[in-house]
Amino acid sequence: MTLLETERVAVSPLRRGITPRRRGRGLAGYLFVAGYAVLLLAFGIFPTGYSFYLALTNDQGQFTGLNQFLKVAQDYRFVPAFTNMLIYLVLWLVTLVVLVVLVAVVLRSRVRPSTSALFRFLYYIPGALAGVASVLVWLFMLDPDVSPVSWMLKSLGLQTFAAVLSPGNLPLILMLIAFWTGAGGWMVVMYGALNNIPDEVLEAARMDGAGPWRTAWHIQIPMIRQWIVYMTIMAFATGTQLFVEPQLLQTASLGRVSPTWSPNQLAYVYAFQQGDFNGAAAISVFLLALGLLAAGLLVARSNLFKLDEK
Amino acid sequence: MRSSGSPRIGRRRPVLRTTAAALSLATTAVLAGCASADTTAQSSSSAQPAFKPATQKDGSQITVWADSTRLPSVQAYQKSHPNVKMKIVTYDGGADGSTYLQTKVQLFDRTGSGWPDVVFGSPTDVTWASEPTKPGAQPFAAPLDDKLVPQSTLDGFAKGSLAPCQFNGHTYCLRNDIAQVVLWYNKTLMDKWGYKVPTTWEDYEALGKQVAKDHPGYLVGSVGDTNSHESYFWSGQCPAFSLTKPDTLRSALQDPNCTRMATLLDGLISAKAVTTKGFFSQGFAKESGSKVLMAYGPSWYGQYLFKAAFNAPAKQIAAASPLTWKGETTAATGNVGGGVWMVSSHSANLKASTDLATWLTTSDENQTSAPTYPAYTKAATAWLANPANSGYFANDVSKPFQEAANEVWTGWSNTKFPDATAWSSVVLPALTAGKTLTSTLPAWQQEISNEAKAHGYQVVNQ
Repeated sequence: MTLLETERVAVSPLRRGITPRRRGRGLAGYLFVAGYAVLLLAFGIFPTGYSFYLALTNDQGQFTGLNQFLKVAQDYRFVPAFTNMLIYLVLWLVTLVVLVVLVAVVLRSRVRPSTSALFRFLYYIPGALAGVASVLVWLFMLDPDVSPVSWMLKSLGLQTFAAVLSPGNLPLILMLIAFWTGAGGWMVVMYGALNNIPDEVLEAARMDGAGPWRTAWHIQIPMIRQWIVYMTIMAFATGTQLFVEPQLLQTASLGRVSPTWSPNQLAYVYAFQQGDFNGAAAISVFLLALGLLAAGLLVARSNLFKLDEK
Repeated sequence: MRSSGSPRIGRRRPVLRTTAAALSLATTAVLAGCASADTTAQSSSSAQPAFKPATQKDGSQITVWADSTRLPSVQAYQKSHPNVKMKIVTYDGGADGSTYLQTKVQLFDRTGSGWPDVVFGSPTDVTWASEPTKPGAQPFAAPLDDKLVPQSTLDGFAKGSLAPCQFNGHTYCLRNDIAQVVLWYNKTLMDKWGYKVPTTWEDYEALGKQVAKDHPGYLVGSVGDTNSHESYFWSGQCPAFSLTKPDTLRSALQDPNCTRMATLLDGLISAKAVTTKGFFSQGFAKESGSKVLMAYGPSWYGQYLFKAAFNAPAKQIAAASPLTWKGETTAATGNVGGGVWMVSSHSANLKASTDLATWLTTSDENQTSAPTYPAYTKAATAWLANPANSGYFANDVSKPFQEAANEVWTGWSNTKFPDATAWSSVVLPALTAGKTLTSTLPAWQQEISNEAKAHGYQVVNQ
């Protein structure tokens, strides 16, 4: 890092002509990002552009303005799907942020390093399962007939799988699945972030009389704030794309879960059951806008991309 | 990260402002009328161009998609017709409302290749396969009455069994099997307890309440499966899915035919003689499989529910004719499933494809040992004569099966959306939560109407 910066200072007067050395370095840089850039163009930018094109036209290619957006927004399944997703997102983001930060802080400062390593490993294991596999695990966990914790389900008054999957429970169930698979990875990341805080800072806090909780609240959490924001943005993005979990629950529950529970499922039904790719594209643009808006707000509020002045 | 970026931040705001301005401009521009966002394929059901087959290539390979249950039949055809070049693919066959075939055909229509030649599917599949999936596309299913299958063959199918295949005056599929609803009962237990097999709905209700009192825990039916509404409400001639015109759906659940069935079932549910758990739900067979005294359901219940799932011993289970309402003579029954075979209109070997579809549905050679009751009347007689299909039962199922096969009510139409979605996702969770069927009828009707409108139907609720 230091080396790079000194060099930049040396060649900074760009307009005075490019030195051969500079060009060579730039080329290597471009080569390094080229692979990612090509993939991003092919599978990120181009499909996004295409979905904008689809969302603004009808199936004969005529320009329809915002009519596709109006049409899907007036669909009777649109509001329930987005409501379901938002309830789920709130549950999932709050539990994720609170529990992940709490566990990371406890593991970093209240537990012996060897025990902490063991716990981090244990928390991480479920993350190694692919989305589908983790849903299957939860299908067993949630069916009172086969679940190892059926006594717990039954004590909550849930006698059958059908009762467990009643519509009101779904956001909670999906939150459990997402937390179980996703949180372990973030705990490891947060732990790493906490490790980056210089020991001198923590020592200074201790000298000033801060206990472990005050240290956590006033020193550690503010110093990893950007990581927490980053995690929130990423979790928000995956949360809005909710598809596999409700889709599998729909099949496993023999149709008791609505096939259009989440917006992504609604888009899927639009494209592949109603043959309306344009309407599906309009829903995906809604999701994109929602994701960009949330990310933009978080980035602007937290100065995520602002550089450390050091 | 550190060595780049900071000068950018200052420039970002104007960019945002420009974007916002452009967006609001676009919004205003849009308010001046643009083209309609509705899909064209849905609205133009009339005036379809005549069927134009693809260029035919004699002896070319045909691709067959079948579900795992019908796979042995296709393999048997390959064995007895070694000259036909075939590629056999197994897929879900449209079971449980799967839209796999539809999804794939949508994509094949976009890419212009890849269609299978012969497919097994559900009657729901024919509703979209008989229409273009997008403007300019050819409907996936070939009109089989158009010089492909002789009329005499089509006339040999059980009454009304080809109704799901018929659109715009053409026949787009051959019905493989029908799943006519009959009354199933455990003869051993009925005889032991001295109960008389009911013939009317009133008797069924009375017997159910008697059983609940005399032998608590024993059941006379279930409404908890994804298809229970087809057993009860279709049989009860409830106009839930009635296409009065190709684009108009009548869904009137306050019709007396619906409410009296709901009332009857509510009474039996509260007496605990009818369960809201599905026969096919996880754990049911183990827990209560041996306590099913009666079941109102399709002809395949015998082999697939009582024998395979409940492991009921042979010579215990019997079938009786569909129930009627007291004082009403018109017998009617429901239908739960029953597949169809379609031939692709894009096939380069229509001759071999049609021959396969015909052989699968009509030949005694195949249907005698078919897993389910054949829709082709002559093949059904051969099927019933096969001891493998009837030997398990305690009575002769031929009479109730044949009777019911011709009584399937045709007022329950196949629509572009499966009839199970609204029942499973709205009615069943409500029943699980302890609500009554009667109180759930409005919500069910609402969901059916919404689904129908989303699929381009006009909806009538009267």
